[in-house]
Amino acid sequence: MTASVTATVDGRPVTVPAGTTILEACRRLGVEVPTLCFLETLEPVNVCRLCVLEVEGSRALVPACSRPLEEGMEVRTDTPRVRHSRRMVLELLASAVDLGAAGPEVARWLAEYGARPERYGPPAPPAPAGARDGRQAGHHPGAPTGTRETLAQPVKVDNALYVRDYEKCILCYKCVEACGEQAQATFAIAVAGRGFDARIATEFDVPLTESACVFCGNCIGVCPTGALMVRREYEMRREGTWAPERQSATATICPYCGVGCTLVLHVQDNRIVKVTSPLDADVTRGHLCIKGRFGVTFVEDAAPTSDRGGA
Amino acid sequence: MEANGRAPASDPAERAALDEVLGPPPTAWLGGARREVDLHVASADARPGRDRLLPALLALQRTAGTLTPGAVHDLARRLDLPPSEVYGVASFYALLTQSSPAAATLHVCDDIACSLAGAAEVAAQAREAIGPEGEVGRGGLRWRTSPCLGQCDRAPAAFLQRTGEEDQVLAPVSLPWSAWAAPRPPAPTPPPPQVGGERRLLARVEVVDPEDLDAYRAHGGYEALRRALDLGPEGVVRELAAARLSGRGGAAFPTAAKWEAVARQPSRPHYVVANADESEPGTFKDRVLLEGDPFALVEALTIAGLATGAERGYVFVRAEYPLARARIAHAVEVARRRGYLGRGILGRRFDFDVEVRSGAGAYVCGEETALFQAIEGRRGEPRNKPPYPTAKGLFGKPTAVNNVETLANVPLILRLGGAAYAADADADATGTRLFAVSGAVARPGVYEVRARVTLGDLIGLAGGAPRGVRAVLLGGAAGAFVGPDALDMPLSPAAARARAATLGSGAVVVFPRGADLTAAVGRIARFFRDESCGQCVPCRIGTVRQEELVRRLAEGSPLGTAAEERALFDDLARAMRDASICGLGQSAPNAVESALRLGLIAGEGEGE
Ligand SMILES: Cc1cc2nc3c(=O)[nH]c(=O)nc-3n(C[C@H](O)[C@H](O)[C@H](O)COP(=O)(O)O)c2cc1C
Ligand code: SF4
Ligand code: SF4
Ligand code: FES
Ligand code: FES
Repeated sequence: MTASVTATVDGRPVTVPAGTTILEACRRLGVEVPTLCFLETLEPVNVCRLCVLEVEGSRALVPACSRPLEEGMEVRTDTPRVRHSRRMVLELLASAVDLGAAGPEVARWLAEYGARPERYGPPAPPAPAGARDGRQAGHHPGAPTGTRETLAQPVKVDNALYVRDYEKCILCYKCVEACGEQAQATFAIAVAGRGFDARIATEFDVPLTESACVFCGNCIGVCPTGALMVRREYEMRREGTWAPERQSATATICPYCGVGCTLVLHVQDNRIVKVTSPLDADVTRGHLCIKGRFGVTFVEDAAPTSDRGGA
Repeated sequence: MEANGRAPASDPAERAALDEVLGPPPTAWLGGARREVDLHVASADARPGRDRLLPALLALQRTAGTLTPGAVHDLARRLDLPPSEVYGVASFYALLTQSSPAAATLHVCDDIACSLAGAAEVAAQAREAIGPEGEVGRGGLRWRTSPCLGQCDRAPAAFLQRTGEEDQVLAPVSLPWSAWAAPRPPAPTPPPPQVGGERRLLARVEVVDPEDLDAYRAHGGYEALRRALDLGPEGVVRELAAARLSGRGGAAFPTAAKWEAVARQPSRPHYVVANADESEPGTFKDRVLLEGDPFALVEALTIAGLATGAERGYVFVRAEYPLARARIAHAVEVARRRGYLGRGILGRRFDFDVEVRSGAGAYVCGEETALFQAIEGRRGEPRNKPPYPTAKGLFGKPTAVNNVETLANVPLILRLGGAAYAADADADATGTRLFAVSGAVARPGVYEVRARVTLGDLIGLAGGAPRGVRAVLLGGAAGAFVGPDALDMPLSPAAARARAATLGSGAVVVFPRGADLTAAVGRIARFFRDESCGQCVPCRIGTVRQEELVRRLAEGSPLGTAAEERALFDDLARAMRDASICGLGQSAPNAVESALRLGLIAGEGEGE
């Protein structure tokens, strides 16, 4: 195996160490490739297909996030075929999933690629609580003719620390990987069901409090769409008081144990509204435990807060 | 649940079923009785592999009529897997349920061929006898509609999944409904399959007792393995190359190249797999081979093992084929007993054995990498390629997967010699091919022909189409419709391509004049929506949008103009083809596109 490979991206030559993905090679050249299911700290699952691009000689498009660059490859990132598939991935997602909390980048791509989710008709009525969880694989009821089926369903609020709003879920598998194999090794959640009814679930859809969940919140840390959200952010958004422009982010070290995790305290109106850790922090790689993620609001005051309430 | 010690309890019958599949639990840590040593040694070494997961889930489903939380937790503990993951796997497969148990579930095929043969009446009768679809009704029974059961030659078909009993195929459905509630319903013997044409691959079918190894040997059986052992691995591959054998599973990949690629891989062990998942609607040719000539598959797989350097082969049979599974399992057992499998086969330094695995209701598991996932005890989600199976296949090892019919050609090639096999070749195809002909023909069945034979002549072999031909679906749901003008088309890959069609899996469903093609196109759109694994966006959501679009057209209520709907379809089709992970999503728009081109959808405006 050669130590480095040379290929072209949009006609520009690039030389990278063998094993480098097309995505990394593009980033080195400053070529933007949109991604949704990719995260630097996790193994690529290449399922959203937003990062697809053309590789000379390949019949179908190729996912940039997982495919290693090969010697002599001719990669094209901005052809009509590429733009079409990216537009359709965004449009299809937006037609079924609530992308409202997915951040400014997704909003920009939706506009740039010209996604028009309304082309598929008005949304069908939302599913009652639990209905989507109970479907038998291979038997999908479908939406009334003339409407488009969506993931619309009530939010799952079953504990004091975070909520699961699966109508915002794009099924990127990140939370499953972060909960299980690639970070927390807790395996409280997995992908269940099939097809459009595939979803993130605990065994038999039991509440998190009856599952193996240890409330580290690492799934929240990796969720790209706001489907998993800390209780305080969820409630503030519902009340209309969530205001990112009024928030400051302060890096500090977790006071609890000797590991010394980097914490970033997101503060609005003198309240800690969310705690995160940077993906590139040596100690955490973005992951925390229940104490760091949920346990530092004691610095605000001793009075009970809305976090302490039950479901 | 495990985490806080509140695991629900299983029942003794479920535990016995687990013991039967997994063996008794070796330590207290894996659910056995507590022994002194378990107090200070926790060892998972003795635990069964994850690949026992699907067999265990199938056994539990049969025992209790559903997967109970208690049984799932027990199984998770026995295999050292998280309960969430076991649930994730169980909820992927259509024949595994997590809802209330039924004494039996009747899966009524409402796919294209059965619909032409009165599936709607069968469903109506089931509704009347049992109650609403999907619910446990009268007699503790449940019924559901089902995609094609691979019994299209005996339509209308149903599949009976009984708690505590062997599964049964009812084809054609003829029993009175009350008979199912009986503790031991009569086991109907299905009529023998119609076979015809040149009969090289079909030579022994319906001629030689499929359970008799000596009869198989008296009809040329195991001559090919002897010859293969004399030729050695490279010699076998050379014969296949001279025969120009290409895969019959849909992609027409050259078999010699596949086997050679596996043989060359330094990573060990190697595996060979017979893909007997046959779930493409309208396809039942592999069933006829599996049921009618099972030793030939075992012999062919053994030769594949020799040629690729594999010591283990798997036969993955769809769950809806209980007779095929039983016949293959029997053939494997007899072959092992008689020294055709196991160590030192035929006195040579060659070891090889075969394991038979069952699917659990998922079309996508016919895709080769999804099939590996199923055997490995995972959700049947196809893997991104490359790496290809020849480099990283089953258990991450070099693997040759072949279709049952492809493998059936191998002993024939070794007996005739590769060059002789290829001698009477047509332009782009050597040998014969099996076609499963169903729908409005006089004698639905499996017919073996060469590439020069036309579609019309093939239909003639099946007794002709007494009610005329409005359209023919070639290659199943992943294939395409052609009109009556295609009856003079030779059955060669190139000729099919020239008509924007494909021979695909060899399915040929004939629609008579006056047939409701709109319903057939709608069923195909539903099929892809229901069978998508759900992994990638273009297919998971694209197949839903395609189904909604077809339904709008069928009901004559397009969104905007017909041209706008057509543009929407074209946009969907392009993205599904270009950006889906696997062949399911990539071929999902084919049949609908051909139907639009031919104007077969009634409400759509261009058609009748
Ligand atoms: C959705 C899907 C379903 C498939 N189902 C089958 C099947 O039931 N049987 C089969 O032999 N090949 C099936 N295939 C093709 C296999 O992936 C694979 O190409 C084939 O088994 C290779 O065998 P061959 O080279 O002998 O044709 C399927 C492919 C896809 C994409
Ligand atoms: S909940 Fe979030 S992280 Fe999990 S699969 Fe859905 S979008 Fe991805
Ligand atoms: S194309 Fe469909 S079946 Fe294939 S991986 Fe994607 S979602 Fe699954
Ligand atoms: S980012 Fe590559 S497929 Fe999702
Ligand atoms: S068995 Fe019903 S359509 Fe094939």
